[in-house]
Amino acid sequence: MPLLEVRGLTKHFVRRHGFFRPPSIVKAVDDVSFSIDEGEMFGLVGESGSGKSTTGRCILRLIEPSGGEVYFRSENVLSFSRARMRLARRDMQIVFQDPYSSLNPRMRVGSIVEEPLVIHGIGSAAQRRARVVELFGLVGLEPGYVRRYPHEFSGGQRQRIGIARALALNPALIIADEAVSALDVSIQAQIVALLIDLRARLKLTFLFIAHDLRLVENICSRVAVMYLGRIVEMGETRALFAQPTHPYTRALLSAIPVLDPDAPRQRITLDPSSFDRDAPLKAVGDNHWAAI
Amino acid sequence: MTALLDVQHLAVTFDAPGAAPVVNDVSFMIAPGETLGLVGESGSGKSVTAFSILRLLQPPGRVVGGRIIFEGRDLLTLPERDMRAVRGARISLIFQEPMTALNPVMRVGDQIAEALTAHGMATRRDARARAVELLDAVRIADPSRRVRDYPHQLSGGMRQRVMIAIALACRPPLVIADEPTTALDVTIQAQMLELIRQLQAELGLALLLITHDFGVVAEMADRVAVMRAGRIVEDGPVRQILREASHEYTRQLLAAVPGMRAASAGRTR
Repeated sequence: MPLLEVRGLTKHFVRRHGFFRPPSIVKAVDDVSFSIDEGEMFGLVGESGSGKSTTGRCILRLIEPSGGEVYFRSENVLSFSRARMRLARRDMQIVFQDPYSSLNPRMRVGSIVEEPLVIHGIGSAAQRRARVVELFGLVGLEPGYVRRYPHEFSGGQRQRIGIARALALNPALIIADEAVSALDVSIQAQIVALLIDLRARLKLTFLFIAHDLRLVENICSRVAVMYLGRIVEMGETRALFAQPTHPYTRALLSAIPVLDPDAPRQRITLDPSSFDRDAPLKAVGDNHWAAI
Repeated sequence: MTALLDVQHLAVTFDAPGAAPVVNDVSFMIAPGETLGLVGESGSGKSVTAFSILRLLQPPGRVVGGRIIFEGRDLLTLPERDMRAVRGARISLIFQEPMTALNPVMRVGDQIAEALTAHGMATRRDARARAVELLDAVRIADPSRRVRDYPHQLSGGMRQRVMIAIALACRPPLVIADEPTTALDVTIQAQMLELIRQLQAELGLALLLITHDFGVVAEMADRVAVMRAGRIVEDGPVRQILREASHEYTRQLLAAVPGMRAASAGRTR
């Protein structure tokens, strides 16, 4: 039984063009369905505007979806009341892309990590402080840093603080929304290694949202490719990278720079007329679907 | 082989009590038509090096030593007047962020034309026509209509093409590209690298490509210089560095590129 199941998720934004012209509708997320098993690291990839981040936010109802269902442990969170949703968010946390803007610059980092515990009224002050120290250790930060402010940390350390905050409530699911995209490659590798390590130690499930296919190929067992609000291809990472089937996936994979100057370069340019935007996903192999 | 650009022992500091040099004894050469990839992480000094070459360093940043020989003259001792004739006309710069580098209240055609008229390369009227040609050269569809657009009317990839058109307007022998594709999606990045490669072949210009992405270097560069903490720790032909990097730091950088990962969850200090 999957931990998270998304069915027909849809988010439409209405764009108004002034008083006399009719508004148009942007289908940021359009009938998106996928499921993530307990302990899995599931990759959601796409370029800017593909709707991958909106999908992540709709799951947590940070953005209210226009339609569809989101089952977490078999309960539809979209039908939850506000109070119930708040409780559910203990189990579903998000790590944001930008470690500079997602931490309050006026709060000490210890308080930032402690805040979720305060909000949810968990533990005494002493217990919370002990938990913060524990969390710092978990993400590889010196416990002595708790009284410092965010600006005293590097980008990679700030992302560790963001991860510690997400872990504070012992969640089952973590949505990592471009969590390493803003970091230098060597720091990126450290944070990715930390996430993999945490997943094993804490039995976490990840929705890993990224634009970098190279990253996803390395760490996710299954992956879904989004293009203009829809999942155009989904499957086991190895199969999808070995045999990309949708024209968009092929174009995307062929655009990745390779580390070999002598490798044959075959750039595939996407011809949007070469496929049907509304085609449903169909099986093209074992655990491999494409919208063709 | 005579070098087009010969940077010798460049040293830059940011004036602050007890501050270490940001660029320390950096030397490299670029031959006409050649592409040198300058690779390093944030804070390694690669962008400061580029800005020093064009003498665009803002105080408290200051060049404190070395020479920058370009076309036989030391740019560091050139009068500001002569330096203005070099910038844009002989050496131009492509920035990372096209939205901040373009003037938001000026039509893109006028911005390209300005690059030409500022250096006396064209009259105002000719510059208009040249702007259309340049937009066409960077493969923008319907260039005669697009010259009248403002930057916000263009997509990110098209803005970056406009930046390239401005940089190439005066056909400079050297272009410095500072993370030219970092802000772009990977499919757009691929198109942009292809475009730069084609234009480079057509115009025979040399390229100083500043990036943190070894993948981009492998696609574009003839030679690589790796910077760390203000120093060049290794340089050489791209194939040699990718196959058998001799410096430990280069090997670490290469290992960190996703797809060639071998990292461990280390404790940060």
